[in-house]
Amino acid sequence: MQGLSRHYGPVVALDQLDLTVQAGELVALLGPSGCGKTTTLRLLAGLEDADTGQITVGGRDITRLPASKRDMGMVFQAYSLFPHMTVLQNVAFGLRLRRVHASERNRRAREMLELVGLDTQADRYPHQISGGQQQRVALARALAIEPQVLLLDEPLSALDAKVRAQLRDQIRRIQLEVGITTLFVTHDQEEALAIADRVGVMRDGRIEQLAPPTEVYSRPATPFVAEFVGLSNRLAGTVSGGTVTVRGRDLPLVDHSTPPGPVTALVRPEAVTLASDSTGEAGPLTGTVIASTFLGATSRVTVDLGDTTILAQLSTSDATQLPAGSRVALTIRPDPVLVSASAAVSEE
Amino acid sequence: MAAVSSLSAELGGTAQGSAPRALRAGQRRRLNLFRYVMFTIFGLFFLLPLLAMVRFSLEGSKLGTWSLAAWKQLTSYQGPPPLLPAIEITLELAVITSVVMLVLVVPTMIWVRLRVRWFSRVLEFLCLLPLTIPAIVLVVGLAPIYNKIERVNVSALMLFWAYVVLALPYAYRALAAGLNSIDATTLSEAARSLGARWSTVMFRIIAPNMGQAILNALLLTVALVMGEFTIAYLLTYVNLQVELFSISRNTTNAGVLFSASSATLLFTFVLLMILTYIGRRLHRGRS
Repeated sequence: MQGLSRHYGPVVALDQLDLTVQAGELVALLGPSGCGKTTTLRLLAGLEDADTGQITVGGRDITRLPASKRDMGMVFQAYSLFPHMTVLQNVAFGLRLRRVHASERNRRAREMLELVGLDTQADRYPHQISGGQQQRVALARALAIEPQVLLLDEPLSALDAKVRAQLRDQIRRIQLEVGITTLFVTHDQEEALAIADRVGVMRDGRIEQLAPPTEVYSRPATPFVAEFVGLSNRLAGTVSGGTVTVRGRDLPLVDHSTPPGPVTALVRPEAVTLASDSTGEAGPLTGTVIASTFLGATSRVTVDLGDTTILAQLSTSDATQLPAGSRVALTIRPDPVLVSASAAVSEE
Repeated sequence: MAAVSSLSAELGGTAQGSAPRALRAGQRRRLNLFRYVMFTIFGLFFLLPLLAMVRFSLEGSKLGTWSLAAWKQLTSYQGPPPLLPAIEITLELAVITSVVMLVLVVPTMIWVRLRVRWFSRVLEFLCLLPLTIPAIVLVVGLAPIYNKIERVNVSALMLFWAYVVLALPYAYRALAAGLNSIDATTLSEAARSLGARWSTVMFRIIAPNMGQAILNALLLTVALVMGEFTIAYLLTYVNLQVELFSISRNTTNAGVLFSASSATLLFTFVLLMILTYIGRRLHRGRS
């Protein structure tokens, strides 16, 4: 996709978007509501027309082709199975339109249902199967036509947490098995980070960063990415000599070209460790535990530093040793941090 | 101790859980009672006049006696105009009106929903407009057109033009309810992404999912055509209602008027029952 733009009246949904997806790759587009991720998918599918820009698949320009001729398989956020057709008929529908012979059509449709583990449900109607199963049938239907690109528009958002995690893993397994180029749209960062080869974080119709999940998380390109993907503490600091000094501690910078001066440093909660402070002396990195949020294996502890608060993510066993009211000493791990030029500092 | 507390918690849970269930059962009983009472009241409200009408049609020459004379007179009526052609023409009108209405309205509504949504309010206004126009006004407007039609074709079948207009609001409402009950946009996008053209989307994806709505529109149209009198009479065509009117006018037996009305109601009722039965059979066969 090159220079794609789309406006809805005065609202800019996509602003000169460039995106290249390699063959067999799964790219997740992540971003808040209204950032343009679904619009990108719809333009690629041909369900909407771009104002400007070009879409090329395998060297072929498909910008002006209608949706029916684009050869894209799509799974929608809403349940989209045809209610008057059985599961098998739904999966075979695309093949039927391509005039594939009935026996071959049924064989391929059953093969796809087997791939998603629903071959026993072939004769059921959509209203007779669960939401998770419906989305798996939709995936089988999209794959049955052997599309060049698979488009997934928040296919898991209507499902409960457990089914969602199972189906997420299943989508990834099938994508790797089939080797199909896939664009996955989601607003759930955990989903994007878990499933994708590369994650594109979008904001205001543009991609802020397109990189592997580990890089997006540990080396965010912009403050927006740092704050959108995972939690960040916003702490006042001063840049000098290629490092940033935060509460008396020198931390390396992600971007060494940052000009000297006051900044806001974005520090991940997991880079903060806590230890019980028996000295009782006040210092820039000592404080009082005011709350602890249980997250399962880990807990998030909020510490009052006097002039601000800071979040630390600890193992639950460590966190239980530090109940509310405990005096603690903080250590900030010297991971490269991103800074923003903002002078006003608030805690996230 | 733990076992005791868990048992008491379980008992407490059961007691707490059964209370709302009992409440729900009580509510359900009251709701059912309310339903039966209302059903009986409204049933009697509609049924009593009909029974009175049938009873009057069976009234003998002396008050309080029974006789089939009015019904015999109805079945042996030879005209003019004859009864059987009037029934035939009305049935044909019902079929033609239903087909034309469906062919006209179903694709238009789907197309507007999927492609020109901004036009849906205008379409709704146009379709509901005939409701606001009295039949007599409609006849005044239609008369010059039908005068010209009569010069080349005098068949009462030509009434279908007017009947399509009359049936439009009812058919539109029934079809709109059906269209609103499905996610037409997502279904059409799913079909298009699989390679379907617009015609395929309309006739193989959306329309089959509006089966019940189409049946409802059909029933309303048939009921309207079967019961229509004003326009046919004022435009001097003979349909079933006009025929029954002329039978009752050409006889001295007042019971014939009521036997004719009962026969029409019965005929329409049976026809609608048949259509409903066929529709349900088709629907059940699929699901």
